[in-house]
Amino acid sequence: MSIGMKDVEHVANLARLELSVDEKEQFVGQLNAILKYAEKLGELDTDGVEPTSHVLPVTNVMREDVVKESLSNEAALLNAPDDEDGQFKVPAVLE
Amino acid sequence: MALFDMRLQDLHNELASGKLSAAELTEASYKRIAETDERIGAFLTLNEEGARARAAELDRSGAEKGLLHAMPAGIKDNIVTKGLRTTCASQFLTNYNPIYDATAAGKLNAAGAVTIGKLNMDEFAMGGSNENSSFRPVRNPWNTDYVPGGSSGGSAAAVAAGQVYFALGSDTGGSIRQPASYCGVVGLKPTYGLVSRFGLVAFASSLDAIGPLTKNVEDSAYVLQAIAGHDGMDSTSAEVAIPDYVSSLTGDVAGMHIGVPKEYMGQGIDPKVKESVLAALKVFESLGATWEEVSLPHTEYAVAAYYLLASSEASSNLARFDGVRYGVRADNPDNLLDLYRKSRSQGFGQEVKRRIMLGTYALSSGYYDAYYLKAQKVRTLIKRDFDQAFEKFDLLLGPTAPTPAFRIGEQIGDPLTMYLNDIVTIPVSLAGVPAISVPCGFVDGLPVGLQLIGKAFDEATVLRAAHAYEQNTDHHKARPQL
Repeated sequence: MSIGMKDVEHVANLARLELSVDEKEQFVGQLNAILKYAEKLGELDTDGVEPTSHVLPVTNVMREDVVKESLSNEAALLNAPDDEDGQFKVPAVLE
Repeated sequence: MALFDMRLQDLHNELASGKLSAAELTEASYKRIAETDERIGAFLTLNEEGARARAAELDRSGAEKGLLHAMPAGIKDNIVTKGLRTTCASQFLTNYNPIYDATAAGKLNAAGAVTIGKLNMDEFAMGGSNENSSFRPVRNPWNTDYVPGGSSGGSAAAVAAGQVYFALGSDTGGSIRQPASYCGVVGLKPTYGLVSRFGLVAFASSLDAIGPLTKNVEDSAYVLQAIAGHDGMDSTSAEVAIPDYVSSLTGDVAGMHIGVPKEYMGQGIDPKVKESVLAALKVFESLGATWEEVSLPHTEYAVAAYYLLASSEASSNLARFDGVRYGVRADNPDNLLDLYRKSRSQGFGQEVKRRIMLGTYALSSGYYDAYYLKAQKVRTLIKRDFDQAFEKFDLLLGPTAPTPAFRIGEQIGDPLTMYLNDIVTIPVSLAGVPAISVPCGFVDGLPVGLQLIGKAFDEATVLRAAHAYEQNTDHHKARPQL
């Protein structure tokens, strides 16, 4: 599988990245080189092999449903680039 | 002997007997930084006011002084520290002021350590040379034309240069061990889950581990002791008993059976690095340990599996940097989507974008099975290699990196070559087992690291073997001339 300009643009859109023409061209080359190297994995027969997402034998970790301290409004907004009335402010979503 | 050459235990004795104060130690650290950091570039943020106040408070306190009491520490800049700027060496987080402490940082505070400042790194821990810091590259204290390794390059360089007495780093595919090797210090990547990841800015959540960088193995054991343990704030934190690591440093490795993976000594390994590793095996033999070759047959697939998995996890983890809640927001966006795109594109550097692109592609519809799922299955095979080897061996041994440090700029245009520097650290990360890098010699004036790999949660054996080796060699005593 090899990826072209269109694929790079599609993936950039999924990743919410805006790339310059230079960046796109560079990524076409570099991602192809990396993916070509990754094709190596195809040499291995992995039929019936369980995937490892995690090395620890833990799945869902539960705790008692008790109220705990949470962040204050002030702390949560401390690093906000823009805020108003105790809320994060963003450009209008609806026209 | 200069203060920064001393073991933590010796400094502790001086403090306990009143010959040395916390304030003096803190000042010595800042003095050394002032003398050397213009050339090294290890620090991104200094905590001078906070550290001086803290040292004064420690000197006044009558509380019992533990071993880390008053010890000047550096913390990698992807570990959040309350009220102390934390950037991940990214333009995106230039002014990020954390509202809480990472568990590991909080534990160091509780043990009495003094946070001197935050250490440079590859942006979001992506890289193996520190050239990906978006502020400035770190330089190797042994030769400032060379990289210090990465991504914890600031942590390794600061310890090697004597700027701090120990440092915390993080390791996803080798990011503690490889810079330790390049800078001639001791770097320990604990078993996945031994040290809480709470407050470590996530790169690849199934691989990330916090660990110590120190001048010697005993110091490493002391720092690990302070930061290990279960944490309810991290649901992948392991519930295991924490042994007394320092008391495991008996010097006795007689009867220990060591496996040497032939794949770690073959193609691509610098012959002089290999010589240093073989010389280390002779030391272990002389101490009564035995060794033989073993095969970890899936080693050659580890780098490919790692870059797919780690980049996939990174693309998901870094989705949080959207310019809404923290970090840099682009000016004059057309709409919300444009705000995300512009903020991310302006805030992230090239390597971070490259990995987000790779990971997003590997997870995207139509390619998930071929890349991400395939890599997860290969991870299972790699883990099995280790499980099988550890049925027979107490420890595995090899180099930490295929070569010593390379020149700044030498590999920056070729990501794949850069990724292959991690060929002997990545399999260990995928298996989740602990490993340490200890100095084992020099090639052309640059340090070489020996990697000792243990069974899951058997840091005690890894530390014991590394300490025994260190007690019988002088490599760890060498210091760069600055």
